[in-house]
Amino acid sequence: MTSIVWQRRRAAVGSTWRDFTRDRGGLIGLVVLGAVVVLALLAPLVTDPAALDVTKAAGERWQPPSGEYWFGTDHTGRSVLLLTWWGSRISLLVGLTATVLSVMIGTLVGITAAHFGGWPSAGLMWVTSFFLVLPSLVLAIALSSVLPRGIWTIVLAIAVTSWASTARLVRAQTLSVEARPYIERARVLGGGHAHVIGRHVLPAVLPLVFVNTTLTVANAIVAEATLSFLGLGDPAAVSWGSMLRAANLHGAVSQRAWWFLLPPGLGVVVVVLTFTLVGRALETVLNPRLRGDR
Amino acid sequence: MTAPPLAESSPRRGGGVLRHVAGKLGGALAGLAGVVVLGFFLFRLIPGDPTVTMTRGRQVDEAQIAELRALHGYDRPIVEQFGQYVGGLLHGDMGTSLFYRRTVAELIAERVWPTLLLVGTSTLIAVTLGLWLGIRGAWRRDSPFDRASTGVALVGWAMPAFWLGMLLSMATGNLFPSGGMRFSNTPPDFWSQALDVAHHMVLPCLTLIAVVYAQYQLVMRSSLLEEMNADYLTTARAKGLRDDQVRRRHAVPNALLPTVTLVFLHIGLVVTGAITVETVFSWPGLGLLTYEALAGPDLPLLQGTFVVLAGSVIVMNVLADLLYQVLDPRVRAS
Repeated sequence: MTSIVWQRRRAAVGSTWRDFTRDRGGLIGLVVLGAVVVLALLAPLVTDPAALDVTKAAGERWQPPSGEYWFGTDHTGRSVLLLTWWGSRISLLVGLTATVLSVMIGTLVGITAAHFGGWPSAGLMWVTSFFLVLPSLVLAIALSSVLPRGIWTIVLAIAVTSWASTARLVRAQTLSVEARPYIERARVLGGGHAHVIGRHVLPAVLPLVFVNTTLTVANAIVAEATLSFLGLGDPAAVSWGSMLRAANLHGAVSQRAWWFLLPPGLGVVVVVLTFTLVGRALETVLNPRLRGDR
Repeated sequence: MTAPPLAESSPRRGGGVLRHVAGKLGGALAGLAGVVVLGFFLFRLIPGDPTVTMTRGRQVDEAQIAELRALHGYDRPIVEQFGQYVGGLLHGDMGTSLFYRRTVAELIAERVWPTLLLVGTSTLIAVTLGLWLGIRGAWRRDSPFDRASTGVALVGWAMPAFWLGMLLSMATGNLFPSGGMRFSNTPPDFWSQALDVAHHMVLPCLTLIAVVYAQYQLVMRSSLLEEMNADYLTTARAKGLRDDQVRRRHAVPNALLPTVTLVFLHIGLVVTGAITVETVFSWPGLGLLTYEALAGPDLPLLQGTFVVLAGSVIVMNVLADLLYQVLDPRVRAS
């Protein structure tokens, strides 16, 4: 029996993939994203992190792009190419872990609120709508200003403030799944909460959660850049946000140092855009109502 | 579109609306209370001893810390502190800023107008631009214009506001002032002052618009697309109305509803955008005040800006709910 289930699931994944590849934007996004991730993973193998150390900076300060420094140098004489390359690691790491944490909280709250009902559910929904309304970045700023500085603080601050939309989505989907007859059948046959949630609700909710994840990553990466830009990041770690902070503090604008300003910002834009494109394409595939009549 | 006349006739309707409004207001009050509690929780409970957080990385002796603690009442029992904090808020007292040595309420009252001016102007322009682009795009779906404007909107959405601000500032060179709100040597009469402020506001405004208009455009576009195949549009066309009349009088008013509330719902995003944009352009508003408070960290000031920013967003959301009531005859009648 299980093999039939797996065959069906494999077929479903296959057809989803075929539909996905039909969306050109999504496919381009996925390819670019893959390339960025591979580059970020390769950084320690190809380059030497010692060059990121301010005291060992080899170049002249504020040097425009040249054959030696392709992207020029920053205010301390470090290579901007190297900084951007290593910065991608922190930005992606924070963006992805914060998203995983946020989606986990959201799924947990959403399923709990929909499955159990009663006053705890009402309370959870009130908290969810409260967090939904609250400007998440303002809360994230407040949270990371009182906790010790570091990338895990940022991860926590982003996750704690951005789970609400996932929770609302998951709750709606859980409610619609649990209204179906096969859930009733499972209950009648003696399935407990764990069985109903684990075997029936979760598999039905997960595709939606997956789409939501790709769109949340985009927000998380912008949030990371913003928090680091405001000086709430790990002072020792190089991220795209902290590079832009340095650019702002040390007058890259008045120095006309476009080579220090463009790479980290473009990095954020490219990564966010690819996640958005992939997310939108997935949404179209998994939500037939959005499919155009082309 | 006028409401059907039968909406007026039922005597019980007024009570329903009142109850609904009262429910919304109650929810808003609970939300505001939530913000107040959260403010206390964040800035008094999480840091453990707030004086240690505030003096992090500075040379202070025990006596100074004790003085600071007594000044802000951190040495009292936590319940008493909470009572004082809530009581103070009700009187508009939010404590004293460490850095400015002035009351937080005074500082916020001084900085709120520049932010309102900046956020208000850019929201107005961004909404107009977003709606217009969204309507045009949806009406000619998949035309080159639609594709190009959706693409541009997505790129704008992906950009961190502060980065775009720095780029614009660098690209325009000396055309616009690089920061602040007015020059000190401007003549004091009204028109010169207004012109000076407008001159300073161009870049921060452009940045905020570029970053936030995309959401209005995308929502307007998808909302209008849902109306595109509706039967009443076929009827309108069959009556012999011109294409732009069908669009202006029939399709757009219906598609506008979800978008109008969205304008208010997304004010929180504009506020967060304003924090970084004000930081880049040294625009003397609440955002810059928050940034200055972060450097300390000046916890009483941070607490004040947090409560005010989060509280105003909650108020905006209630306004959006009530506005929806007024605008949508279907909700009004139910």
